Amino acid sequence: MSKMANILSFSPAKSPMSGTMGAVYSRAPALLLPLIGLLMFLAIWNGVAKSIDTSLGQFPGPAQVWEQAGSLITEHSAQREKADAFYTRQEERNAARVAQDPTYEPKTREFTGSPTFFDQIWTSLYTVMVGFLIASVIAVPVGILCGLSKSAYAAINPLIQLFKPVSPLAWLPLVTMVVSALYVSDDPMFSKSFVTSALTVSLCCLWPTLINTAVGVSAIDKDLINVSKVLRLTPMSHLTKIILPSSIPMIFTGLRLSLGIGWMVLIAAEMLAQNPGLGKFVWDEFQNGSSESLARIMVAVLTIGAIGFILDRIMLSVQRAVSWDKTSVLR
Amino acid sequence: MTKFKNVSMLKQIKKKMTAGITAAIALSFTLGAPLASAQSDVKVGWPEKEELKFGFIKLTDMAPLAIAYEKGFFEDEGLYVTLEAQANWKVLLDRTIDGQLDGAHMLAGQPLGATIGFGTEAHVVTAFSMDLNGNGITVSNEIWEKMKAHIPVEDGKPVHPIKADYLKPVVEEYRDAGKPFNMGMVFPVSTHNYELRYWLAAGGIHPGYYAPHKGDNAGQIDAEALLSVTPPPQMPATMEAGTIYGYCVGEPWNQQAVFKGIGVPVITDYEIWKNNPEKVFGVSQAWAEKYPNTHIRVVKALIRAAMWLDENDNANRPEAVKILAKSNYVGADEDVLANSMTGTFEYEKGDKREVPDFNVFFRYNATYPFYSDAIWYLTQMRRWGQISEPKSDDWYKETARKVYKPEVYAMAAKALIAEGKAKATDFPAFATETGFKPPQSEFIDGVTYDGSKPNAYLEQFGIGLKGETVL
Repeated sequence: MSKMANILSFSPAKSPMSGTMGAVYSRAPALLLPLIGLLMFLAIWNGVAKSIDTSLGQFPGPAQVWEQAGSLITEHSAQREKADAFYTRQEERNAARVAQDPTYEPKTREFTGSPTFFDQIWTSLYTVMVGFLIASVIAVPVGILCGLSKSAYAAINPLIQLFKPVSPLAWLPLVTMVVSALYVSDDPMFSKSFVTSALTVSLCCLWPTLINTAVGVSAIDKDLINVSKVLRLTPMSHLTKIILPSSIPMIFTGLRLSLGIGWMVLIAAEMLAQNPGLGKFVWDEFQNGSSESLARIMVAVLTIGAIGFILDRIMLSVQRAVSWDKTSVLR
Repeated sequence: MTKFKNVSMLKQIKKKMTAGITAAIALSFTLGAPLASAQSDVKVGWPEKEELKFGFIKLTDMAPLAIAYEKGFFEDEGLYVTLEAQANWKVLLDRTIDGQLDGAHMLAGQPLGATIGFGTEAHVVTAFSMDLNGNGITVSNEIWEKMKAHIPVEDGKPVHPIKADYLKPVVEEYRDAGKPFNMGMVFPVSTHNYELRYWLAAGGIHPGYYAPHKGDNAGQIDAEALLSVTPPPQMPATMEAGTIYGYCVGEPWNQQAVFKGIGVPVITDYEIWKNNPEKVFGVSQAWAEKYPNTHIRVVKALIRAAMWLDENDNANRPEAVKILAKSNYVGADEDVLANSMTGTFEYEKGDKREVPDFNVFFRYNATYPFYSDAIWYLTQMRRWGQISEPKSDDWYKETARKVYKPEVYAMAAKALIAEGKAKATDFPAFATETGFKPPQSEFIDGVTYDGSKPNAYLEQFGIGLKGETVL
C-alpha cells in the first residue's frame, strides 16, 4: 500500500518521519500543494468555460463533465444489459436454426452493439501495450548494438535522425495500405484496424528507447569495462552482468518516453483512421454535435491524461524495481 | 482529389477480370427486360457470412441501418451486424473497398464514381437506395440580406422556392469587387455537390468544371462561384469564419445555422428536384459475388426498416428520432433531429414551413435502385467534367447496370412478400419494371429528365458540358 502511495505521489517522499503528527506535517506540502494546484485549475476552468460560447453551446465546466462521466457509466451498464439480452436471443435463434437445418453448427458471436467508453479505454490500452512491446523488442537490442559498436551506430544513426521526427499522421496512410495489402486472411486473428494502430504506435515510439539505450550503453564506466576484461567474462556474461545493469536507468528513461509518445500517437491515429479506441470516441462525439458532446470529449481528455500518468508511474516503479542503484533519485 | 493507385498490380488485374465478367453479365440484360423474372423460387438460402460490419456517416439518413439493427430485422435474417461510424466519406469508401467493412451507407455518387474511376477506383455496387431528399442550401446572413432585396414577397414572407437568380446579382457584386465567391459542399461526387451546382446553374451562375484528364480535380475551371469540400459538421463554423458564403449539406447542419443565427437556408433539395435519390447502401462487387444470400438478406432487413420508418404516415418517426439521438448513431440533440425527421423545416428564423417529404425512406418506391437515378448522377458527372470524354447513351445504361442491382432488390422483396412481411403493392411490379422512371419534370429549372436519353438530357442545359465537348 505504501508502495502504491509512493507511485502515485507527485514528489519523491523521502522525508524522515517522527511520530504521527510529524508525518502529517512533513507530508502536508506534498499533499496540499497538488490539491491547491488542482483546485485552482478547476476554478479557472469553471470561470473561463462560462465565457466561451461554441456552436455546440457553452464550453463545459467541471460540473457538466462530472455529469457526463456519470452518464457514460450508466450507458455502460445499459449496454451490458443489452448484451445479455442479445446472447439469450442468439441462443434461441441458434436452436431454431438447428431444428430447421441439422447440419448447422451453432456458434456464439460477440455482442454486436457499439463499444462503450470503458470498452474503448480497454481497446486503447491493449493496442498501446502491443505497439509498445513491438517497439521495445526492436529498439532495445538495436540500441545495445549501437552502443557497443561505433560503426553500427554510424550506420544506423542517419536512419534514426531521419525517422524520429516523423508524425504518426504521416505514417498512418502508409501503414494502412501496407497492412491491407499484406495482412490478408479469411479469419484473421486480429482486426486490420488493430494491426494498423499498433504498428503506427511502434513506428513512432521506437526512437526514444533506441537512442537512450545506445547512449546508456556507450556511456558505461570505463572501470566496469576493465573489470570485465580482467575477469575475462564471456560476451554473454559481459552483456548480462555489466552492460545491462549499468544501462538500465537510461533504457528505462527511453522506455518511459516511448510509452508516453506511443499513448499520444495512438489517440491521434485512432481519430484519423477511425480505429476503435478512445480516439474514435472523441471523433464520434465531435461529429455528434449534440449539446453534451463537448463535455463527453472533456471526460475523454481527462481520462487520456490520467491513463498516460498512470502508465508513466507504472514504468517508474518497474524501473525502481530493476535498477541496481536504489539511491538515485527518479522522478 | 488525386487518383489513388493503392492496389497492387495483381489485385488490379484480378479486379479488371471481375469487372469484365460483370460487364458481360450486365450486357446480357437488355433494356426493358423484366428483372429477375426467372426467380420463381423466393426462398433465400442461409447467409454465407453471418458476422457483418457496416459503416455509416453520422447523418439522419443512416436511419434504415440503425432501425434494422435496433428492431432486430438483421437478426431475423440470421445476421449479426455491427454498425460503426466513420470519420469521413473517403475513409468509409476505402474501408468498404479493402474489406474492413462489409458494406456502408454511401453517397449515391460514390459507387458510381468509384466504378468509373473518378477518385478511388474499385467496383462498388448497390442494391438498395436509402432515402429521398434530405439536404438544403444555406447562405450567410450577409448574403441573405443582399439576396432579399431581389426576392418577391407575399404576406410578408419571401416566396419559395427561392431561385439562384436572386443570388446572381450578389455573386456579380462580389466578383466586380474582386472577391471570390466561395461556397461549400461535402464531397466531389456527393449529391450535395450536384444539387448545389444544379441550383446555381439554373440561376445562371457557373459553378465551374472538373478536368481529371488534366489532373485538375478542384472543379473550379470557369467558375463564378468557387465550390470546395468542407466536412458536414464544420460547415456552420466555416461559414461563420467567412471562408465560405454558403453551403449545401444534409441535416442537421442547415437547421444548426438557423439555431445559431448565422445563416438562412434558402432552399431544400426537395424543391430543386422533387423526390431526388440521396444515399445508397453500397458493397464491393467482390463481396456481393462471394456472399449472394447474405446480400439479399441484408437488403430484406433494410427494406423492413425503411417500411417501419414511413409506416402509418410517419407514426414511428418520434421513436426513430430517439434512437438516432443515441451517441453511437447520429448523436445530435433530439429537438434538432426531430425538426426535419418529422416534416418541418425552419427557413429564416421564425419562418417555419411544412415539408412533409423532407426525408422519405420508403414511399414512392424510395428504396428501389432505379437505373434512371444512377444515370442522372452520371449525367451530372459528365455535365461538370468529372467524366471528361463524351459517352454514348449505351455507356450510361451499361454503367448503371454495372453498379445498380435491382435484381437483388427484387429477390429480397419477393422473399418478404412470400413471408407475409410485405405486400406486393408496396413495390414496383417486378415483372414489368424496367428500372427507368417515367420522364421527370419537377426540377427547379423546369427541364425534363428522361433517364433513357442521357445525352439528349444534357443538351437542354445552357451551362455544362454536353455532346462532343472536351475541356
